[in-house]
Amino acid sequence: MDKVYSKKVIEEFSNPGNVGIIEDADGVGEVGSTVDGDIINISIKVKDDTINDIKFKTFGCVVAISTSSMVTRMAKGKKIDEALDLTDEDVINSLDGLPEGKDNCSGFALEALKLAIADYMKKQK
Amino acid sequence: MDHSATTPVDPLVVGAMLPYFSDMFGNSSSLHSFGREAGEALVKARKEVADGIGAMPEEIIFTSGGTESDNLAILGSMPQNTDKKHVITSVIEHPAVLNTCKFLQSQGHEVTYISVDPGGVVDLEKIESSIQDNTMLITVMHANNEVGTIQPIMDIAQIAKENDILLHTDAVQTIGKLPVNVDTLGVDMLSLSSHKIHGPKGVGALYVRKGTNIHPTVFGGNHEGGLRSGTENIPGIVGLGKAMALAGERLDKDSKHMQHMRDSLIDKVLGSMDGVRLNGHATQRLPNNVNLSFKNVEGESMLMLLDMEEIAVSTGSACSSGSQNVSTVLKALNLEDEYIHGSLRISLGRENTIEEIDSLFNILRSTVERLRSISPLEGR
Ligand SMILES: Cc1ncc(COP(=O)(O)O)c(C=O)c1O
Ligand code: FES
Repeated sequence: MDKVYSKKVIEEFSNPGNVGIIEDADGVGEVGSTVDGDIINISIKVKDDTINDIKFKTFGCVVAISTSSMVTRMAKGKKIDEALDLTDEDVINSLDGLPEGKDNCSGFALEALKLAIADYMKKQK
Repeated sequence: MDHSATTPVDPLVVGAMLPYFSDMFGNSSSLHSFGREAGEALVKARKEVADGIGAMPEEIIFTSGGTESDNLAILGSMPQNTDKKHVITSVIEHPAVLNTCKFLQSQGHEVTYISVDPGGVVDLEKIESSIQDNTMLITVMHANNEVGTIQPIMDIAQIAKENDILLHTDAVQTIGKLPVNVDTLGVDMLSLSSHKIHGPKGVGALYVRKGTNIHPTVFGGNHEGGLRSGTENIPGIVGLGKAMALAGERLDKDSKHMQHMRDSLIDKVLGSMDGVRLNGHATQRLPNNVNLSFKNVEGESMLMLLDMEEIAVSTGSACSSGSQNVSTVLKALNLEDEYIHGSLRISLGRENTIEEIDSLFNILRSTVERLRSISPLEGR
């Protein structure tokens, strides 16, 4: 491997949490395409303004999978507002950093989460 | 299982090299006895390399490896005046050739890149129809390092000969795996590299047929017949010579063994897994190359999981900054989107065993299943 990943990234990649798709989700977000080669799908269940349950499915590289898993862990149990405040830096920090050239990738999973929240809010109206 | 990247140095090669680091440290240009020892070592290695490809010793130029050999062949055969000249190559060459050709273009020369069929074989008709009055050189690799496709060099040689054009081939991946003979192939120049054949890194050779007019790209004290100046890397060259001799002795046995493992792995994977394709050619293929693409999984992730099981392979689908950089070779084969990101190259070596292949297959299957279980594309 020419890129050196932190222990945390490897851990998250080899034992991802919250894998799956929530069938009766309150919101779903998906980013990427088979052309780009990374697809992240995040589904959420919301109760009392809180993300009660969250799952992801990801087609992609080590970073795509580990950031997806990390984002779901971070968002779970958070209020919608708090989840919307999560930043790229928060994700990168919880993974103890990403290798050079891959540091733009963390935003990807976060984007899927924010799309899922937007989907949920749209349905509320 | 990543032998196309590099190979472990054979202990016999190490043994042959060792004295040239310590006792016999001479410079072959010196006239005293230390220098003579070095000079004799050069003579022996040059003969070993020449014998390995059916050439004459004086047709061998030692270089720093496959990359330099490719550079010297291409740049050295282009005229030094400002005449606009034309080179024909293929879209699936190694970067050592492709980037040298790009440089030539930046200097005002013309280059035609010949496309390949879905198996990775160059289009002979296109080569023929691309020939111009000012075509100097055709350079097409003997076999591709990623997908293992063997090119019809003998047919290309026919075309080159009829049109009085020089032919160079990069045989870095074929030495020790296929019979390589410069007369049978009909080439004017041929590149080879030591570290792909269980020799040391940083040494290689360019064969230049007697009477072929090329000029140096490195200038100095006129070593290597003036074509490649610089005090020779004697231990490296001795290692290359030994590696070539061993490759020749073991060719039959090694290539049969590798081909047996290759076919066993391909049969197992294609016979029992879904959503997988073999990249490259079904039969015109290096005996040690298996290149597969798995649907709905991504190359780097497979690589990482296999690495955790201590299996080293490579992928043409490396990922950077949110978009995948797919290798030009895979692109040239026109794979469908869902396959192009999940490529895996397994390149076998003579020290691999059929038991290792069985275990590799089992690990590979569970790796793919595991990644598919978290892929949103499965079942769509
Ligand atoms: C087909 C081909 N040509 C050239 C090279 C470069 O050889 P070297 O590493 O000795 O410079 C390689 C190795 O990567 C190769 O596979
Ligand atoms: S998400 Fe794959 S390279 Fe960034």
